[in-house]
Amino acid sequence: MTPVAAARSPQSSINPETRLKLYRTMQECRMLEKRAYDLFMQNLIKGTSHLALGQEAIAAGFGNAMQPGDYTFCTYRGHNHTLVRGVTMTQILGELMGNSSGLMRGKGGSMHLTSVKHNMLGSYAIIGAHLTIANGAAWSAQYRGTDQVAVCFFGDGTTNIGAFHEALNFAVIWKLPIVFVCENNLYMEYTSIHDVTAVEHPAADRASAYGLEPVLIDGNDVDVVYRTALRALDLARKGGGPSLIEAETYRHGGHSRADPGKYRPDEEVKEWLAKDPLPRYRNRLLQMGIGESELQRIDDETKAAVDQATETAKNAPPPPLELANKDVWADGGSAWRN
Amino acid sequence: MAQLTYRDAVAAGMAQEMRRDKNVVFLGEDVAAAGGVFKTTVGLLDEFGPNRVRDTPISEQAILGAAMGAAMTGLRPIAEIMFSDFFAVCWDIVVNEIAKARYMTDGQVTMPLVIKSGNGGGARFGAQHSQSVENWAMAVPGLKIVAPAFPADVKGLMASAVRSDDPVLFFEQKSLYATKGEVPDGEHVVPLGQANVVRQGSDVTIVALALMVPRALKAADILKEQHGIDATVIDLRSLVPLDTQTILREVAKTGRLVTVEENPRLCGWGAEISSIVAEELFWDLDGPIVRITTPHVPLAAANNLEDEQIPNADRIVAGVRQLVD
Repeated sequence: MTPVAAARSPQSSINPETRLKLYRTMQECRMLEKRAYDLFMQNLIKGTSHLALGQEAIAAGFGNAMQPGDYTFCTYRGHNHTLVRGVTMTQILGELMGNSSGLMRGKGGSMHLTSVKHNMLGSYAIIGAHLTIANGAAWSAQYRGTDQVAVCFFGDGTTNIGAFHEALNFAVIWKLPIVFVCENNLYMEYTSIHDVTAVEHPAADRASAYGLEPVLIDGNDVDVVYRTALRALDLARKGGGPSLIEAETYRHGGHSRADPGKYRPDEEVKEWLAKDPLPRYRNRLLQMGIGESELQRIDDETKAAVDQATETAKNAPPPPLELANKDVWADGGSAWRN
Repeated sequence: MAQLTYRDAVAAGMAQEMRRDKNVVFLGEDVAAAGGVFKTTVGLLDEFGPNRVRDTPISEQAILGAAMGAAMTGLRPIAEIMFSDFFAVCWDIVVNEIAKARYMTDGQVTMPLVIKSGNGGGARFGAQHSQSVENWAMAVPGLKIVAPAFPADVKGLMASAVRSDDPVLFFEQKSLYATKGEVPDGEHVVPLGQANVVRQGSDVTIVALALMVPRALKAADILKEQHGIDATVIDLRSLVPLDTQTILREVAKTGRLVTVEENPRLCGWGAEISSIVAEELFWDLDGPIVRITTPHVPLAAANNLEDEQIPNADRIVAGVRQLVD
């Protein structure tokens, strides 16, 4: 298969201001995620966490292409997707640390980052479910007559579960304003997606089964992602229905905190590290004449912001104990009897 | 007052709410053009149109996911799972997503949705289309559960379910669809979480739900006429919230409790009620608590086998006499 979207995407220039924004967004994702890793190593974050180091171009490309009213649905590997919608670094780190500065004050944890006011409608930890839920938000937008679009991110492993197929068929027959984005990082957890999938491209090769155009893109090139996102969002906004995009990428680490990722061949890791979206984009911007000092300034500002967020989050008190039994119901309580 | 069947009361309750709130939408398999396989939604497509009443593919996860996403973004969807047995193929959406979203997000998300479903046995459908699964839901924090026995409650509880800002599982007993009863004209709303004392007695309190309510009432008549035993019968109507005050008050009066459950034995709702009564009313009891349930087996299809399994009036009479005599 040819990388259709990349080949067809307009070569029109992305303006320098947007390019700097794309760079900054990727750098924020990268530095925040690295900090999350460090905090794990310091045992300040418990439980588990699924880092998206190496996959920043997808979150940044879409995050900058989406309108504020658009909905995000993503997986437990969702820190980046949450950050790009405008949630603060403190709220993300605070939630990972399980304290009162957290986005949900420790009630959700790393795998469930959600910010309704940013239309970031959730990080979902059971594979497949959120594709169907994203359809519901898209249906709601369609019914209410708004021009909102739902964007639903998921991993390559999701393409082999039933909900993926139910959701795609459903979205197409109802012509929903939704963009499905498969972040193919080549591994589900420990197993290569190629070892367990009937087709070469786990999402793109399934598109035709639902009457959709196969879209396979370089998910480590933020310009490509951004252009592809604009095109798919525009199609959905104009009533053209869903898109399914497979963005090829690579996670630099293991699946989760517990996984050093040793199952991956050294050559493969080396090859993909060379395609790291950040240095790659940095070099492109330098070649385009953007000054080193300007990029350095973004790096410095981002590092300062991450440091500041880390301090604030670290010093926040634990959540109040009363939260343990609050908000099962809409009245704020948890009573099941009178 | 009009005489309506239980099945027509379903549509009447939904139509009442769809007229008052355009954000109420409805989706499910065969629910629109066909009016539902049990004919519980006849007329809704004609009145409310294809944007609000929508047929879906056989994709239970997609149905409930769509309902959830719509509920999160301003609509008040009603979704149908044709047979409650099919919850087994979409239970992830119910248990892991719908039930927990509000809690996990520190109250950011509200989930005003209803899942209606044909539940229970007596129709000779065999083990995969006859189960009473309300106990499955009762084990999950975050779900409200209703299971009406009479047409008036079908309409009134549907109204409350749709107006609830919490997810409600609405169990329709399939064997009751053809039964008739008085249903108030005009707006009719029955609050969630209120049991109904449908017969007042003095010797024993029988607590029942859905199909077991008419059977308990029949048993109470037999007990009175043939054995001189005067039974109170409580129609629970809601399992969550559970109206324990009504149960405790009535059991305190009679000193005896019998629960009648259609579900298989283990961890049935009657066990929870028995536990509550034993803990909180032990010194008012004049005898052991008796649970009458379907045995802990799958349901058979043959007339006589299914009838042997699901509690009937004779078994309820026997259970009460064992306690009272």
